[in-house]
Amino acid sequence: MRAATQVFEGGFADSVLGSQEIFRALMDAMANPGRIVSVGDLAQAPSPLTPVAASIAATLFDHDATVWCDKPIKASEAALGWLKFHTGLELTNDPAGADFALVTDIDNMPSFDAFAKGTSEYPDRSTTIILQVAGFEAQTSLTLEGPGIKGTQAFSPSQLPRMFTEQWAANRGAFPRGIDLIFAGNGLLAALPRTTRILNKEA
Amino acid sequence: MYVAVKGGEAAIRNAHKLLADRRRGDRSVPAIGLDQIVEQLALAVDRVMAEGSLYDAELAALAVKQARGDMIEAIFLVRAYRTTLPRFGYTKPVETSQMMIERRISATFKDLPGGQLLGPTFDYTHRLLDPELAEDMPVEMPDKRVEAHEHTPRVTDILGHDGMIEADGDMPDGSEIGDLTREPLTFPLERDLRLQALARGDEGFLLGLAYSTQRGYARSHPFAGEIRIGEVEVELEVAELDFPLTLGRIRLTECQMVNQFKGSSKQPPQFTRGYGLVFGQSERKSMSMALCDRALRARELGEDITAAAQDEEFVISHSDNVQSTGFVEHLKLPHYVDFQAELDLVRRMRGEHENQKSQIKEAAE
Amino acid sequence: MTELATYNFAYLDEQTKRMIRRAILKAIAIPGYQVPFASREMPMPYGWGTGGVQVTAAIIGPNDTLKVIDQGADDTTNAVSIRAFFQKVANVPVTTKTTEATIIQTRHRIPETALQAGQTLVYQVPIPEPLRFLEPRETETRKMHALEEYGLMHVKLYEDIARHGHIATTYAYPVKVEGRYVMDPSPTPKFDNPKMHNSPALQLFGAGREKRIYAIPPYTQVVSLDFEDHPFEVQTFSQPCALCAAKGSYLDEVILDDKGGSMFVCSDTDFCEERQAAGHRGHLSPAQAEAAE
Ligand SMILES: [Zn+2]
Repeated sequence: MRAATQVFEGGFADSVLGSQEIFRALMDAMANPGRIVSVGDLAQAPSPLTPVAASIAATLFDHDATVWCDKPIKASEAALGWLKFHTGLELTNDPAGADFALVTDIDNMPSFDAFAKGTSEYPDRSTTIILQVAGFEAQTSLTLEGPGIKGTQAFSPSQLPRMFTEQWAANRGAFPRGIDLIFAGNGLLAALPRTTRILNKEA
Repeated sequence: MYVAVKGGEAAIRNAHKLLADRRRGDRSVPAIGLDQIVEQLALAVDRVMAEGSLYDAELAALAVKQARGDMIEAIFLVRAYRTTLPRFGYTKPVETSQMMIERRISATFKDLPGGQLLGPTFDYTHRLLDPELAEDMPVEMPDKRVEAHEHTPRVTDILGHDGMIEADGDMPDGSEIGDLTREPLTFPLERDLRLQALARGDEGFLLGLAYSTQRGYARSHPFAGEIRIGEVEVELEVAELDFPLTLGRIRLTECQMVNQFKGSSKQPPQFTRGYGLVFGQSERKSMSMALCDRALRARELGEDITAAAQDEEFVISHSDNVQSTGFVEHLKLPHYVDFQAELDLVRRMRGEHENQKSQIKEAAE
Repeated sequence: MTELATYNFAYLDEQTKRMIRRAILKAIAIPGYQVPFASREMPMPYGWGTGGVQVTAAIIGPNDTLKVIDQGADDTTNAVSIRAFFQKVANVPVTTKTTEATIIQTRHRIPETALQAGQTLVYQVPIPEPLRFLEPRETETRKMHALEEYGLMHVKLYEDIARHGHIATTYAYPVKVEGRYVMDPSPTPKFDNPKMHNSPALQLFGAGREKRIYAIPPYTQVVSLDFEDHPFEVQTFSQPCALCAAKGSYLDEVILDDKGGSMFVCSDTDFCEERQAAGHRGHLSPAQAEAAE
C-alpha cells in the first residue's frame, strides 16, 4: 500500500514548468562547467533517490532514453517503480548501452570505461552519468578550465569516483568521444562536460 | 530624410485578412462544405492523408479548403497537426491479403484466384471533358457484385509458393521497426525507414524518379504484379487484452512490382520485389513508390549504383515536399544582410579590376 | 486564447521537448558537433526558422524575456511572426532591447551590443553542414568530421584566393570551434564571426529541416578559417550609419532612388535606435533633417 503511494506520488507539482526549470539549470550547468546551480520545486522520490536526482530523471528520461541504474536503486522496488511510473524510462543492465546512468553509490560505481563513449562519427551516442552527491563543499577542490569557463573554475563536489583525475584525463583524451557528468546535490546541481580539463595534479 | 519601414505586424495582419477574403472568394457563391470535399474531391483528400501521414478524411478536407486547394500547403497543415498528437502505440501490421477489395488488377496473369476487378478507375475512360459534370446531373447507382466475396490471395504470395519470387525480406537480427517521425534519419537506411519515407514522399517527385528507371536510369524490368485497392482493418494489441483491438478500417492502395530476377551459383533465379503502399486510392503514387523502392534496393541486391533513383541519400533527402517547399520558398525571406556582404565583395573586386586595368594601361603608355 | 488550449506550453509536447533538451545538453558538451535530433513539423515552414523555434520552445520558460531578430531587425516580417508565435503559445514577455532579453532568436545576424553572461543566442540554421557544398553526402561529411579531415575546406577557400584574389565567402564563413570541429555559423555575414569567439553568452544552433542541433558554450574558442598570407578579415564600411553615425556596425544599403542613390544604416535596429535615443545623429537622421529645416 505504502509502496504504491510512494511510486505514484512525488512528481513535479507542475510537470511542464518543473521540468523546464530543471532543464534550464542543467543547461546552465553544462554550459558553465563546475558552476553550482540551485533548483527548487523538486520531485520527491523514494530512497535512495534524492529530490534533485529524481527531478533530473523526471526531466530527461522517457521511453526513448535507456538508463542504467546502480545497485542501491535496483535494490529498491519503490525507487525503480517511481522511475518507471514517472518517466517511462527504458532500463538496461549494460552500462555501455545506456544513454544515462544514475549513480547513488559513487564509491562502487563502474569505471568510466564501462559506459558508452559514442563513436567518432556519433560522439553524442554516449552516456551522461548522473552522480548523486551530498553537496559541493568538499575540502579538496578541483581547478577546472575549458569551454564554458572564463579563466578557471573551482569545483568541490563532496564525492568523486575513484581515481577521478586519471579517469577524467583519459575521458578528456578520447574527445570528441566521452562521457559527461551531472552532479545532483542537495537543492543544487552541477555538470562536467567532456571538454573540461582538470588542472590539479591530484584531487 | 529617411524613415525605416515599420509595421511588420500590421502588414502580416492585413495579408492574412486578404488571404481569408480570397479563400472565400465571391460571397454570393455558396461556401464549399467539408463533406463536399470529402465526397467529391476524394482523391485530393486521399493525397493529403497519404503525404500528410494522417488518416483522417475530414481533417484532410479542412486542410484542402484552408489551403485553397494547394495540395502541398494542405499536406503541410496536416503534418503540423499530426506532429502534436500523442502516440499511444503502434498497430499490428495491416493484413493486405485480407483486404476488402474494390479494385484489383494484375498485369502478370490473365486470370487468377480472386479475379481481376477494375473498380472505380480512370483507366479506359476517354479523357474528354464532360460538360454534364458542370451541372448537378443525377448519377446512376453502380452495379454491385452479387457473388460472395472470394478470397483474393496476393499475386506475390501465389508466385512465392514455388519460390519464383523472393520472400518479403527480413530486417537485420534484433532490429526494431523504426519511426522516421521520432528518430533522425541516419544513412544508410534499412528498408523499413525507406518505405516510410517513400510513403509520405511527394507524388510528383517519386513519379519522376520512377519514370527515370523506366527510361534506363536504373532499369529494373518491372511488371505490375498486382495493384489492389480496398479497406483493411487496423488492429492494436493492448497489454490487458489477449486479442487485438480493432480500431477501424482504412482504405489503402498496394502495389507489388515483380522485377528483374536475380540468382547465383547458390541460389536459383528468383524475381525481386518493389513495394508500394499508400493511404487512400492512389495507383500512381503506389506504383511510383514500388519502382523507387526497387531501385533503392540496389545496395542490398548488389547492383551497381549509377542512377539518381538508386541513390538513397539523394532520393530520401529530397522526397519530402513539406521540407522541399519550405526551403525553396524560404528564398522569399529577406537575405539582405548576406546580399550586402556579397555586394560589397563584388564592388571591391570590380574596383581592383579597374585599378589593374588602368595600371596596365599606364604601363603600356 | 481558447483555441490554443489544446496545445502545450511553448507548443511542443513534453516528449519532444525532452528529446530536444537531451540533444542540447550533448551539443553543449561537444562544441561545434552537429547532434542529430528528430525535428518535428512546426506550424511554420521548414527553412523559415523551425530549428531555432524548436530550440527556443524547448528552453523557454516563464522567467524568460524573448527577442527575435531577422537580418538584425526586430520588425522584419518573419521576426514579427516568430515573436507573435511565442507570445501566443508561451505567453512570455518579449522585447526588442538586446540588453533586456534572456533568449534572442536570430536569423542572419549577431546583435551589435555585446551579449552578456546568462543570455542565450538561438540561431536559425538552414544548412548546418559547413562541408555540404563541397560534399553533398551526409555519409561522407560525417566521416570527414570524424577524421578531422578539413583539407577540402581549405582547398576551397584557397581556390577562391587563386581565382578572385580574395576568399570569396562573405557569409556563413566557416569557423573552427575549440580547435576541433569546423562549424557553420549560419548565414551571418563574416563580419559577425569575431563576436562568436569567447562570447559570455551561450550560443545554440537549430536546423529543423536538416535535423541538427549544435552549440558553442560561453567562453569558447571560435576561430575563422584562414591562411597566413590571407588572414581572416571582416568587412569594413567606408561611412558611418546615416541615422546614428555608428562606425563599426554592420550596415544595410537602402536604395533611395533609381539613379544609384543609396544610404547605409545599421542592420541592428535596436542598436541604431538606442544610439539615436542617446543623442547620436547621422547625416540623414530625421532629427538632423529637422534641425536643417
Ligand atoms: Zn545606426
